[in-house]
Amino acid sequence: MTDGIIIIGAGHGGSQAAISLRQEGYEGPITLISDEADVPYHRPPLSKTFIKSEDQTLLPLRPERIYAEGGIALRLSTTVAAINTGAHTVSLTNGEVLRYAKLLIATGARARRLTVPGHDLAGIHYMRTADDARHLRDAIAGAHNIAVVGGGFIGLETACTLAGLGKAVTVLEAAPGLLGRVIAPVLAKHIAALIDGLGIKVQTSTTLDRVEGHDGTVTAVVSTHAERIEADLVLAGIGAEPNTELAAHAGLSCANGIVVDPSLRTSHPDVFAIGDCAAYLHPALGRQVRLESVQNATDHARLVARSMLGQPTAYNEVPWFWSDMGPNKLQIAGLSHDADRHVISGDPAGNAFSIYHFLNGRLVCVESLNRAGEHMLARKMLSVGFTPSDEQMAAGTDAIKAALLAAA
Amino acid sequence: MPKITFIEPSGTRREIDAIAGETGMQAATRNGVDGIIGECGGSCMCATCHCYTDPATAHLLVAPADMEADTLEFVAHDVRPESRLSCQIKLTDAHEGLVLHVVGGHG
Repeated sequence: MTDGIIIIGAGHGGSQAAISLRQEGYEGPITLISDEADVPYHRPPLSKTFIKSEDQTLLPLRPERIYAEGGIALRLSTTVAAINTGAHTVSLTNGEVLRYAKLLIATGARARRLTVPGHDLAGIHYMRTADDARHLRDAIAGAHNIAVVGGGFIGLETACTLAGLGKAVTVLEAAPGLLGRVIAPVLAKHIAALIDGLGIKVQTSTTLDRVEGHDGTVTAVVSTHAERIEADLVLAGIGAEPNTELAAHAGLSCANGIVVDPSLRTSHPDVFAIGDCAAYLHPALGRQVRLESVQNATDHARLVARSMLGQPTAYNEVPWFWSDMGPNKLQIAGLSHDADRHVISGDPAGNAFSIYHFLNGRLVCVESLNRAGEHMLARKMLSVGFTPSDEQMAAGTDAIKAALLAAA
Repeated sequence: MPKITFIEPSGTRREIDAIAGETGMQAATRNGVDGIIGECGGSCMCATCHCYTDPATAHLLVAPADMEADTLEFVAHDVRPESRLSCQIKLTDAHEGLVLHVVGGHG
């Protein structure tokens, strides 16, 4: 048998890449390796719906038989120990050595772990994988006071879901505001008010000093200001770290992610990387980025399939992202880094509005809260490079829509 | 357990025993209906579950909400008046006999 393609990681990106390779006409062997036991599944529902009740099942990305029918060898509960780019081999922790002609690294990112004293107590949870979500769900019933460490997307989404289940939830955020580094301050403030309205306590500018326990189980979290918050369950949502160790040990260039060129090829010509673990030059931003989102992973996957089959094209998709905060839907299209002008569309008082971000007079990002139509409009505008005028903005989304269609 | 039918882009009819409470997209992906991806997991964000309602069974569905209509308008291709996002169709026993034509064409 000829050496085929090995994909390490079967999240949204790795799984889509396997399917896309077949759709692009590749007929050789494909091995899709996952260190998880579950058939590849949708991750976003874990924090939004899966933990709500025991009745919720994982939502598979595709039925299991699709892999077999597509000649894709899906190897679950299988961990890669090392990559040898010179020999074109992947060694598994079980001692097996697999040969490849081309390799795709889609190892994703992992939840950053707490390191403060008490970090190893029982009752500390993370939210990244199906197993994380199962452990959390199993523990929720017996929990009353929940401390969420980190006021970012994962922490807040999970906090909203837990509050919806009637739990007393306190969020600790080290920065002066929630979601401070990722969305416009006016929107972050609005969301903070929504979170407050859901009965969630929020303590900003609060850094965790330690976790306290009794008989090996969490009883409280303590801030660096010596404030003690009772907690029988802790959820830490303090960011993610790219899984780059395999790549780095194999000598591939890494810098906050595995460095790839616009066709998603690493520093070795037969090795590619996509998704949360890949750092690439974003053409619109003109700088290296590493994005953690479903859209980034699946759009990368479709493009890398072509690159691996010898038809390299440059990646240039509009990033988009969504997060549910209880009943509120936050949607982001584009990237707001460096934006120099911000305009509100809609009415914050009505809990439905968007923020348009401009850089040098060009639209670069739109953040929308409960404005799904405007988010879709934004994706369309950004994908064709359309910037609405101030007059169109003032006239509202119908006017923007009309101008966009007229320009197309 | 409403029985619903997806007609795949190739013309293949797929009769499915849906589970009351699941969405059309979930019923389709659970059964591997060709052309239904559900990339966003049912958040009405990707339009990879785009279908046309069969005119004979259109009366079984209520009109799309604004969010669904907007997603269709700006993300989906080949949109027609009978276009629907199957992730926004929450199935009940009242949907017995529903027929959806899968648009497909997504990667």
